[in-house]
Amino acid sequence: MKTKKILALILAAALALSLAACGSAQTSKDKDGLIKVGIVNNPPSESGYRAANVADFEKVFSEANGYKVSTFYSLKNDEQLNAAQQFITDGVDYLLISAAATDGWTNVLENAKKAGVKVFLFDRMMNVDQSLFEAAVISNMEAQGRMAVQWLLDQKLPEYNVVHIQGAMGSDAQIGRTKPLDEQFANGTMKKVVQQTATWDEATAKQIVESVINSGEKFNVIYAENDGMAKGAVAALDEAGITHGKNGDVVIIGFDFNKWALREVLAGNWNLDVQCSPFQAQKIHEMIQTLEKGGQLTEKIVINEERYFDCNTITQADIDKYGIGD
Amino acid sequence: MQNDVVLSMRNISKSFPGVRALQNVDFTLRKGEIHALMGENGAGKSTLIKVLTGVHPKDSGQVFLNIDGSLREIHVKSPYEAQNLGISTVYQEITLCPNLTVAENMFIGRGSYHTVNWRQMKKRAAEILEKLKIPARATQQLDTCSIAVQQMVAIARAVDMDCKVLILDEPTSSLDEQEVARLFSLMRDLKARGVGIIFITHFLEQVYEICDRITVLRNGELVGEYEVKDLPRVQLISKMMGKDLEDVSALKKSQLMAEETNEPPVYEAVGLSSINCSNAFDFKIRKGEVNGFTGLLGSGRSESVRAIFAADRITGGKIRINGKDVKIKKPKDAMKHGIGYLPEDRKRDGIVEDLSVRENIILALQVMKGFFRPFSRAEAEAFADKYIKLLGIKTASMDTPIKSLSGGNQQKAILARWLLTNPQYLILDEPTRGIDVGTKVEIQKLVLKLAEEGVSITFISSEIEEMLRTCSRLIVMRDRKIVGELTGEEMTQDNIMHTIAGEAV
Amino acid sequence: MGSLFKKMARSQLAIPLFALFLLVVFNLIRDPEFFSITIATNNDGNAVLSGNLISILNGASAIAILSIGMTLITSSCKGQDISVAAVAAIAGSVFVSVLRANEITIPVFLLAFLLSCVVSVLFSLFNGVLVAVFKIQPMIATLILFSAGRSIAYWINGGATPTVSSPLLTSIGGFIPGIPIPTPILIMVIFLILITLVLRFTNLGLYTQVVGINEGTAHLNGISPVWIKLIAFIISGVCVATAGCITVCRIGLINHETLLLDAEMDVILAVAIGGNALSGGKFNLYGSVIGAYIIQALTVTLYAMKVPSAAVKAYKAIVIILIVVCSSPVVKDFVVRMYKKMFKKQPEKEVQAKAA
Repeated sequence: MKTKKILALILAAALALSLAACGSAQTSKDKDGLIKVGIVNNPPSESGYRAANVADFEKVFSEANGYKVSTFYSLKNDEQLNAAQQFITDGVDYLLISAAATDGWTNVLENAKKAGVKVFLFDRMMNVDQSLFEAAVISNMEAQGRMAVQWLLDQKLPEYNVVHIQGAMGSDAQIGRTKPLDEQFANGTMKKVVQQTATWDEATAKQIVESVINSGEKFNVIYAENDGMAKGAVAALDEAGITHGKNGDVVIIGFDFNKWALREVLAGNWNLDVQCSPFQAQKIHEMIQTLEKGGQLTEKIVINEERYFDCNTITQADIDKYGIGD
Repeated sequence: MQNDVVLSMRNISKSFPGVRALQNVDFTLRKGEIHALMGENGAGKSTLIKVLTGVHPKDSGQVFLNIDGSLREIHVKSPYEAQNLGISTVYQEITLCPNLTVAENMFIGRGSYHTVNWRQMKKRAAEILEKLKIPARATQQLDTCSIAVQQMVAIARAVDMDCKVLILDEPTSSLDEQEVARLFSLMRDLKARGVGIIFITHFLEQVYEICDRITVLRNGELVGEYEVKDLPRVQLISKMMGKDLEDVSALKKSQLMAEETNEPPVYEAVGLSSINCSNAFDFKIRKGEVNGFTGLLGSGRSESVRAIFAADRITGGKIRINGKDVKIKKPKDAMKHGIGYLPEDRKRDGIVEDLSVRENIILALQVMKGFFRPFSRAEAEAFADKYIKLLGIKTASMDTPIKSLSGGNQQKAILARWLLTNPQYLILDEPTRGIDVGTKVEIQKLVLKLAEEGVSITFISSEIEEMLRTCSRLIVMRDRKIVGELTGEEMTQDNIMHTIAGEAV
Repeated sequence: MGSLFKKMARSQLAIPLFALFLLVVFNLIRDPEFFSITIATNNDGNAVLSGNLISILNGASAIAILSIGMTLITSSCKGQDISVAAVAAIAGSVFVSVLRANEITIPVFLLAFLLSCVVSVLFSLFNGVLVAVFKIQPMIATLILFSAGRSIAYWINGGATPTVSSPLLTSIGGFIPGIPIPTPILIMVIFLILITLVLRFTNLGLYTQVVGINEGTAHLNGISPVWIKLIAFIISGVCVATAGCITVCRIGLINHETLLLDAEMDVILAVAIGGNALSGGKFNLYGSVIGAYIIQALTVTLYAMKVPSAAVKAYKAIVIILIVVCSSPVVKDFVVRMYKKMFKKQPEKEVQAKAA
């Protein structure tokens, strides 16, 4: 009995250790002559997008590029606020923020201004006066949606019967990518067969498409608001023996530019994938260099340059260059 | 004289389904006295208190309380109402909030304090603590105080509510000697202020140390009210147990005197102790012998037999079964060596409420047979059927959940569970508690019959008469120690009571 | 007839079966074709069954498998494991990592599944030890992995949503060539048979219930509550790994954030809808499984009715509240009383009829 208890304890301890190991934070080294940067972001575990975003910043804001970086990752706004304040107190030169929530930042940004810390926003806007930050580099989800819808209209299909699979209701990406399509539904150029949320879940997306197939309703477009859900939807089509992609019966549209998704486009299984660029670091790096050289910034709000690839134009080089993940 | 009485209860009766908890009980409490309410478990003490404090409605009878100098009948419907009338209760377990301060605990949730004036509250608390000489600060968090002080804070809370009647329900059971002394000085203090105190305890010494009067209950009936100085301990015990000292006539000695043979004992323990039974003890039982542990509740008799069955964690001792050294570290070991144990608390340790009578009966044998070898439905039904008939268990069917059976029939089912394992040694802890008289007799008969068949049995009962009738050897316990062993002619009520009371025979 | 009704009303399965029946009738009225099954040829060229009935059975298999483990944990530990979905994400990640590191052959596949089972059982045992040995409330104990599990999965996946593709995976997540029934349904059936055999040929059911109802009695009758609870967690661990791997095979991708998203709540609901007390004790595994199918049938119904996205959860909640309230003892007693009142006259009539 005793040995069993000891075993149990060891097991528990080992697990606790493994938990601690993967939660360990990064530390930065001290070195003079570097630009001190504090980065407040959401944790990489939030999504594949975020992981690429964090990796991008880690790559660009390196010692080799002349930066001394402190980072803080949290999904909680109040924790982010505290961390930002701490970075200001620590005397960073630049503060780079991707806020968890849009509100509540005015005070901290004012403190930054007083302390002479220059602030850049990336990925997400926040509700503050534009004088409080140098520039914001953000994605425009609605523009992504528009790109996809415009591409769809350009295909000049005889009719558009769309199965629309939405992300988690109320998220930025869902709202932005739903709006342009809703406009088409409203003005009658496209017919809404089904509009349902799969909360970003691949398996749920598959079930939704199954349900449409079972109902016997006609559809020729699946507009999924991310790559995973598009993959789930395609799995349902495969099981039902419905062709898709290039020369197929159903047009497949996904978002996010995962490498595996782009490969599906390249293979002709999907028709279109739209980028949601996690790469804002290079642009901010350039702007910081401009400021360091005494230059002036020309733009306050920089929209990420985002693109799409369809199955007719994509190349392996595009995948290697723009794809995220592996 | 009349003005002296602070509380008077007349002809109180109360029944629960199947049980007559109180029958025409009278109780009188005078101003400035400490009045012990005594009786064995199930005598009706707590029911009487619960009727008084409005937890249970009474079936009949009247309660009078001294209000402004005259006795008026009161009809208490809730403990809250009782508090407002000046009847306060302090229970064995502290019912305060450990994470609040002493002052908060004394005032929160009382009367019409909807808004709290913290400063005033602290000041008032400090005054009361000072007045009652309680060694605590008003701003101290309660759980930093000792248990005794916490108990006192509970009393202070009660007292401040202008209480006339203070009920202390076993307040001393978790206190050490010093703490008890401190509590008693507080009680004397309150007594001097004219508060009537009802004191419930299992400790006889404490009754004799602090009380003025004793009211004894037995089986829901009033035995009598006595002045402490007029009632020696032995008499108190006999009144609680329901046997007159001289009345030993009707008892039939057990015919089953275990014959002294050279055969080794069926079970023998040397220096056995468990976490709940820290005083190591020696014990043995021969084939076909019926012996018993006796002593007042809390004397350690149940803890001792639990140690034999390894129901609590064993901390020491050597065990021999039929002369062979064995290790019994957990109940399953005991079961493998042919020991069965019918626990004292049927509800907590005996029945599996939601399961059927059948499943309850086969449980122990099934466990002995093994995890991977379940009985077939037919086998299980045959076993259950046999014992339902053998013991006359009254149940709608063997698939009826055991919780819907009466207490006596539940007990028979648990007995059946152990008989089914064909034990060589059976421990029965209070098998007759809380069941009807007919079944009691049946169980005693069964014990004697089993002994004749060669089963060794340890039998524990609060009813001394049952033990005298069935046992051939009695082990007497007091304060968790074995204080005597009586066999043969020595086994009389007289001797038992004297031994329990700790007086020379 | 009367006694049969009474028996039915008292049976634990009465309400869930009745709810399922109502859902079926509702759908048949709405669309008589709803449950029609057709044979289609899938893109791999196999003839397969399709239709809403297949979708329901297929879609529910992960929840149904998880509900087996959850029922045992609920019964013995008097609480629920809320980390099942997060641990499934870990198991799925392990599964995918092994598959991606090797060429996917049947032995590699089996190895990957076995490893994910081992990992899942270990994590489940971590919960089990906290619950059984350290006596921490199950919800609190499993809260640790509930919140940390998906981060661990993230770490295993290296932050990406790796994909795997192989005909072998498709045949587990979809169809085995030549068999027209979705494989997840077959796996669910295998699980059901296995657990039925376990319950039949061991005392797991009896011991689990005894521990759940009365630990004191269990201890005094030689049953170790700690071991019984750990066994429940081990079995649950295997269920979790299986559910995780099936889900991965369905899509050919592991997304640690969304794999079996919110499944823990669906599983607990399935257990509750199946008439099992969440406070432990007596259980009926088949009730939980039926519960899982009810939840899935409800989901598919809502999809078919094109309920707006934002309202899906609300509709689901309303139906589930109705089912749970209907199976409460208060309502059950009321129904039995009403039945007695309504049919009291019937026996008299029978007597008269006989007399005549």
